[in-house]
Amino acid sequence: MISLAGRDILHGWVRFLMTGFGLGLLIGVTLSMAGIYRGMVDDANVLIDNSGADLWVVQQGTLGPYAEPSSLYDDSYRSILGMAGVARAANVTYLTMQVRHGGGDVRAMVVGVVPGGPGEPGQPGFLVAGRHLTGGRYEAVADVKAGCALGDTIIIRRNRFRVVGLTRRMVSSGGDPMLFIPLKDAQEAQFLKDNDMLLQQRRRTALNPLFNRPGVPGLLDAVIASQTTSVYVNAVLVQLKPGYAPEAVAKDIQRWQRLQVYTRPQMRTILVDKLIATSAKQIGMFLVILSIVSAAIVAFIIYTMTMAKIREIAVLKLIGTRNRVIASMILQQAVGLGAIGFVVGKIAATLWSPFFPRYVLLEPGDAIRGFIIVMVISVLASILAITAALKVDPAEAIGG
Amino acid sequence: MKFKAINKKMLRLLAVLVPLLLLFFYVALRSGPLASVPVTVVAVEKRAITPVLSGIGTLEARYTYRIGSIASGRVKQLSVDVGDMVKAGQVVGEIDPVDLDEHLSAQRSAIKRAEAGVLLAEAQLRDAKAKQAFTASQEKRYGLLLKAQAASAELVETKHQEAEIARASASAAEAGINAARQELASVKAEYQGMVKQRHNLLLVAPNDGVVTSRDAEPGNTVLAGQTVIEMIDPKSLWVAVRFDQLQSAGLKAALPAEVRLRSQSGKSFPASVLRVEPLADRVTEEILAKVVFNVLPEPLPPVGELCEVIVQLTPLQSVPVVPNASVHRVDGELGVWVVDGSALRFAPVRIGATDHAGNIQVLEGLQSGDRVVVYSKSTLRAGSRITIIKNNGKGTLL
Repeated sequence: MISLAGRDILHGWVRFLMTGFGLGLLIGVTLSMAGIYRGMVDDANVLIDNSGADLWVVQQGTLGPYAEPSSLYDDSYRSILGMAGVARAANVTYLTMQVRHGGGDVRAMVVGVVPGGPGEPGQPGFLVAGRHLTGGRYEAVADVKAGCALGDTIIIRRNRFRVVGLTRRMVSSGGDPMLFIPLKDAQEAQFLKDNDMLLQQRRRTALNPLFNRPGVPGLLDAVIASQTTSVYVNAVLVQLKPGYAPEAVAKDIQRWQRLQVYTRPQMRTILVDKLIATSAKQIGMFLVILSIVSAAIVAFIIYTMTMAKIREIAVLKLIGTRNRVIASMILQQAVGLGAIGFVVGKIAATLWSPFFPRYVLLEPGDAIRGFIIVMVISVLASILAITAALKVDPAEAIGG
Repeated sequence: MKFKAINKKMLRLLAVLVPLLLLFFYVALRSGPLASVPVTVVAVEKRAITPVLSGIGTLEARYTYRIGSIASGRVKQLSVDVGDMVKAGQVVGEIDPVDLDEHLSAQRSAIKRAEAGVLLAEAQLRDAKAKQAFTASQEKRYGLLLKAQAASAELVETKHQEAEIARASASAAEAGINAARQELASVKAEYQGMVKQRHNLLLVAPNDGVVTSRDAEPGNTVLAGQTVIEMIDPKSLWVAVRFDQLQSAGLKAALPAEVRLRSQSGKSFPASVLRVEPLADRVTEEILAKVVFNVLPEPLPPVGELCEVIVQLTPLQSVPVVPNASVHRVDGELGVWVVDGSALRFAPVRIGATDHAGNIQVLEGLQSGDRVVVYSKSTLRAGSRITIIKNNGKGTLL
């Protein structure tokens, strides 16, 4: 039994392989696009997981620290700690800003954490180098994406920070690397105004006759001192004691502390359905278009490949080859082409994914789905080609 | 022949397809959930760690002198400016005395008048004494004449009366002297008082030091008690430092410390904790302490400069120690990933103190010699496949 398809492929094996590779690169792009979409959703999810929190306590009526600005007094955590079911509560601040590093600047999400040791809410989950914050001021743990090395100096606002630890996959929902610094430094960075502004504010206050009365020495100093306090944080991260339902504790805090509380699923909804919804939909739309285009191209390639052989097929028909043999030849070639394309695509997507600036998550599920879709498209395209091939008049072989 | 040609093409096709398939399986295993996580491990060792405490503070002067007038008035002149060194007792300025000098010269005249009064009283006393001596001898003589009946009794009584009057006026003159002297003393005391008042209008440095601020200028009116010149004793510089209450257990006086000035990064000055304030800050949740330099930096840094202070606490006893990067919280429990052969096991631990280099004490849950995961390329889970990577000296995965 001679495989007709095999013989035909071997006849023009280089062209067949080239077509497979080309198709593969196209499938690779489609898989990457799916990976970009997954990576985007994953960025939002790691943000939730990395914070290590069960509950997020934020300013009343706001959508949490990630999707909306929120500020609450930094001693709120004390009363939250007193609620039943709360095991740990820690202040945290988030601020996305340009951080100066080595001559240039990096966009980073500066996270102010209470340096309470590893495993406390808000701390990075794992490190790839260095150590966690140990309570010293002006230290930082950076995500490797920020491009820092251990011992590097980075400048946030007017302070210099020494990088003491490196971590991975700690990103904001926008994909910016995170930079963990002690809470007090972060509060300064977030709420302290720049020097020029401070000077102007002081001058304005000094010019205000209400605050600078001649008969009351010291009043001006007191007013100025009261203007430069920073006692706010963006959120309080809460970890629960085992056996307490997050919803129940959240309800209690909401009711008695008059603050907004989000549980993990709620936070996920906020991040995935609200914060990255538009950009994810954008990518998703593009993914759909790319899939349709890929499918069309696969179909056309197989169709034209068959059409290029139409004379040979006519000859086959002329010598009395059964339709089944011709159909299976086209089908086998199409499936083979699809298989090569998928393998090449998967390899290409995996190899180039680390070079993307944002995280690309290639899920095995997506790969399997992709494989099935490629196969189905190949089969469908070959059906198109088969009908065209079977319709051919054997006389064309001699008439042509 | 033809078969051979086909065979050759087949081999070529396979030569491309087989590596492609191998590469496919390789990338499938290298990425995704099937991939193993590269980790570094370290053996737990028993070690004594020295916890350190890091705080932030500002340079302050222990003694700040605010020199001002005790009476309201107008500043007449100031002889020093910010940055000038002054000696104890040096006059640095003066409040306008208004009419006090005129009062003083009037008082000086009053003293002179009182002195003259004393002289006058003394002259009057001498006059009275002379009169008293004369009338006394007259009285005596006429007494003898009466005995000899050479004078009338009336005359003798007259002489007696004259003598009595002269004695009385001598007494009066003595009293007058006293009064004049008292008057003089009173006027003098009043004068002294005014001199002191005048002196009070001088602004005098109470100690050696350096002027840090000049809050009024000649011509300004200042209230009683308002600061005109502020000076500090530069030898009394200390750091008012704040430590987070979270890690401040063990902070006490006399512990060695290091001070890093913001203006001189990379340089640290040896110091020691002078005292821990009995009152902590309620709002900022910090403990306050004062740290003094062992040797004052030269040149003196400006007061108010930001400093970082690192205090070495007393060394703790030797217990198993791991890097803090190896401690994780899994399902609400604190622990470390222990490597048994090639399998991964989560061991819950109870942790103790930590030092500045990130070493953390393990009080329970680990034996020295256990191998624990320090760094990992992603979050570890029970059953994660791991590849142990050699520490490359710098202790990093990258």
